[in-house]
Amino acid sequence: MDLIETKRPSQSLEAVVIRFVGDSGDGMQLTGTQFSDTSAMFGNDIATFPNYPAEIRAPQGSLYGVSGYQVHIGSVEISTPGDEVDLLVAMNPAGLKTNLHSVKPGHTIIVDTDSFTKKNLEKAQYETNPLEDGSLANYRVIEVEMTTLTREALKDIDGLDNKSMTRTKNMFALGMVYWMYNRSPEHTIEFFKNKFKARPEIVEANTKVLNTGFYFAETLELIPNAYTVSPAKMQPGTYRIIMGNRATAWGFLAAAEKSGMELFLGSYPITPASDILHELVKHGHFGVKSLQAEDEIAGISSAIGASFAGDLAITTTSGPGLALKGEALGLAMMIELPLVVVNVQRGGPSTGLPTKTEQSDLLQAMYGRNGESPVIVIAASTPANCFDYAYHAAKLTLEHMTPVLLLTDGYIANGSAPWKIRTVDEMPDIKNHVFKSNGEEWHPYDRDPDTLARRWPIPGTPGMEHRVGGLEKDKVTGNVSYVPENHEYMTKVRAEKIKRVQNFIPEITPEFAEEGDLLVVGWGGTYGSLHSAVKHMYEEGYEGIGYTHFNYLNPLPKNTEEVLKRFKKIVVCELNNGQFAKVLRMHFDGHDLVQFNKIQGLPFGNGELMEKFKQLLK
Amino acid sequence: MEATVDKKYTFRDFESDQEVRWCPGCDDYVILRSMQKALPEMGVNKEDVVFISGIGCSSRFPYYMDTFGMHGIHGRAPAIATGVKLANNDLSVWVITGDGDSMAIGGNHFIHVLRRNVDLNIVLFNNEIYGLTKGQFSPTSLVGQKTKSSPYGNTQPPFSPGELAIGAQARFFARIGGNTPKEMSQIFIECNKFKGTSLVEVLQNCPIFNNGAFDEFTDRKVRADRQLFVEHGKPMIFGKERDKGLVLNGLKLEVVTIGENGITEGDILVHDAEEKDPTLHQMLVRLSYPMVTGIIRRVSDKPFEERENEQREKVKANSKFKKTKDLFFAGDVYEVT
Ligand SMILES: Cc1ncc(C[n+]2csc(CCOP(=O)(O)OP(=O)(O)O)c2C)c(N)n1
Ligand code: SF4
Ligand SMILES: [Mg+2]
Repeated sequence: MDLIETKRPSQSLEAVVIRFVGDSGDGMQLTGTQFSDTSAMFGNDIATFPNYPAEIRAPQGSLYGVSGYQVHIGSVEISTPGDEVDLLVAMNPAGLKTNLHSVKPGHTIIVDTDSFTKKNLEKAQYETNPLEDGSLANYRVIEVEMTTLTREALKDIDGLDNKSMTRTKNMFALGMVYWMYNRSPEHTIEFFKNKFKARPEIVEANTKVLNTGFYFAETLELIPNAYTVSPAKMQPGTYRIIMGNRATAWGFLAAAEKSGMELFLGSYPITPASDILHELVKHGHFGVKSLQAEDEIAGISSAIGASFAGDLAITTTSGPGLALKGEALGLAMMIELPLVVVNVQRGGPSTGLPTKTEQSDLLQAMYGRNGESPVIVIAASTPANCFDYAYHAAKLTLEHMTPVLLLTDGYIANGSAPWKIRTVDEMPDIKNHVFKSNGEEWHPYDRDPDTLARRWPIPGTPGMEHRVGGLEKDKVTGNVSYVPENHEYMTKVRAEKIKRVQNFIPEITPEFAEEGDLLVVGWGGTYGSLHSAVKHMYEEGYEGIGYTHFNYLNPLPKNTEEVLKRFKKIVVCELNNGQFAKVLRMHFDGHDLVQFNKIQGLPFGNGELMEKFKQLLK
Repeated sequence: MEATVDKKYTFRDFESDQEVRWCPGCDDYVILRSMQKALPEMGVNKEDVVFISGIGCSSRFPYYMDTFGMHGIHGRAPAIATGVKLANNDLSVWVITGDGDSMAIGGNHFIHVLRRNVDLNIVLFNNEIYGLTKGQFSPTSLVGQKTKSSPYGNTQPPFSPGELAIGAQARFFARIGGNTPKEMSQIFIECNKFKGTSLVEVLQNCPIFNNGAFDEFTDRKVRADRQLFVEHGKPMIFGKERDKGLVLNGLKLEVVTIGENGITEGDILVHDAEEKDPTLHQMLVRLSYPMVTGIIRRVSDKPFEERENEQREKVKANSKFKKTKDLFFAGDVYEVT
């Protein structure tokens, strides 16, 4: 498009946070994804944060029906979707009302004035029209009659009713934002062409409105400057934008291919984990077997059966589902079979806040089973590294013959980021313990001397017939045993087996200060927020602040205590009421360990973190 | 599977080295032996046989079989077995369950495995009591039955396993008395042949907590007169003198005597196990006199795993993705230099 090439005065920015908000039906998720994909292809680093209501069709115009999508784009490394917003696009009064507090004073708000009707203002609980009462004086407000202009642009296209016309107004907004940030609408036009092959009128309408918004922004005097955000310096390579849940699914696909095993998924739908199921069911071509079961218990139980029969078996869920899987997970631990349980954490307890993020299933993951029942627990920390941790979860479970619980959370699962594409060739080897005797004496519970992993004889293999079960087993034969000493021995072996995983996982290395006054500790999905806050501090000249992040939670990395000792004070930051802090206190005595917790269903903001760290450094 | 069998077995080949620990006189012994005797007749290799159980006296079964086996968790055996079968379609997979295991805690899995029609064989040990936990009423216990947890008599009306199963679209349902090992073995062999979920309800006497629950129709003295063993294609005749039979009277089954009121053998209903419409099968299941045993329903239908395989093969054939690399690099990728 030659338009893009047009030289114009432009302001260069390092990073910009844009938030699109509107009614659930306004297409904000699509608008946001399109903007972030286009920016990533332009070479920006990006981070995104979709925030949508739990109700599928909340009443139109209501405060709780607001759907939002935030994109952080940068010419520098971006690790969070950002907390304060540089540009807010509000498609209705409810969107404005619920999001205004995030906009930096002096920054820009684009509104569709057509939606500021008396009825919508009332639904958003505005007593007076904010566009008229002066309450937005601190912001640069760009008022656009978006609905009218959209309809006007579409009046010559046949076959569109009023409703379909109005529905494309999100493209008007997107067109404007594309122009403001010097992005080409081309990618989005291609997207529509592919998506609506059979509906040319839809492609035409969206293209038309997108371009109209784009030209409108160009000619509009209200926009004094265009902004550019130049490409970020990223490692050379081939990239794509990936959502955490998809990355998780792909990590398992890669592990299956590398290990030469077939992947089996047993799952029951639950927000925000369902997208892993949706992704994996697409990949029958790789031999993936998937079962949408009757409940979570059947999900995990079928996976245990598949594992017994020699598949790489996984089950995916979220908080309440993990609670249901507890007993079966204990069985998998007891019979020492490979199995990965993915828990995409959401706000709890009970049904909690299904569409919001939280890290409050850590203790459930570690201890939520009857009896002495340890399993490996690991956590991904960014949308892209969900791929790596899914892969490693599969590797660990196959190599150690014990279940692995992989934790992600709604924030990284739904967030997207550039992923430098990895191929199976670049990934580490995966061994397994599939066993076939060549006539020598063998027992199902013979153990590998290094990992203590047991043998994995598989049905269909002559001479390997054996029984396993949830009753305590004899330490060698695996037959039922009620011998007191044997039970104690087996309990300790199962614990030792998990402990030995320490020898196979990386140690932690603090970033920024390697020793000093304050160690910031995080785990799982908070990496982006914590890393960027500590980095800011460091850049501001704070020297004694270090940061370490845990991806391996049970067992903890070997050098954990040694690293904790190097700092005078430790602050454990978590989106829960202090679960990892409890774990650390339980393992390691005598550290000045304070907590910083947020339990609002939202990620940490940069500002609140820095404020806390500064206060602790005083 | 049949084609690949290369060994001849006797029932001893299916005995494990574990001491059997059921109470003396328990019908579970009969079921175990009937299974061990049936397996050599099935034409399957021992290494291809898998027994999956839940929890209960009955669920100890896999420990006593020298095959692959898993003693799972309470009620979940159908789900575990579904995973086994999906992972390896060539296995002969058996589910061993009790009336509590399958109808109470595992009710959900029980109905769904039948609905899906996974090629599994389910043996339901129905003793109308919780044996392992020492005698509480179960979902098949009768109203009024006095048990540890119903000292004044059970007030919960029971399920009839066959009725529930056929309601959940069971394609194969058989019932057999726990004291008729030959017929039981024969039914197990038929279960294995059937492609899809086959369910056998064994009326299993628990001499300790519910002794004689089925005596009314299984006792040797009354069996011939009170039990009707149905066979596909044969008239439904029973009685010591083979003079009793079933006819339809309006919408009800009725017992008639051949030779009385002008009834001849030709008037007796011929059993059609393969009729898709389950109406008559449900009526047979619900009869209390005579108690109907044998294969009541056997309707062929594509098993779940076959549907899955066919779909997967189609997806495979039409897909441009052969390796994960093809997928990872497809679509919107971009270069950073
Ligand atoms: C989750 C769970 N709840 C309860 C139990 C206790 N329990 C074990 S077996 C059983 C009932 C078994 O009855 P049934 O299935 O009829 O088997 P039977 O012993 O009669 O063969 C119960 C309640 C258990 N093992 N696990
Ligand atoms: S309690 Fe009943 S069912 Fe259980 S083993 Fe004893 S007799 Fe058999
Ligand atoms: Mg019972």
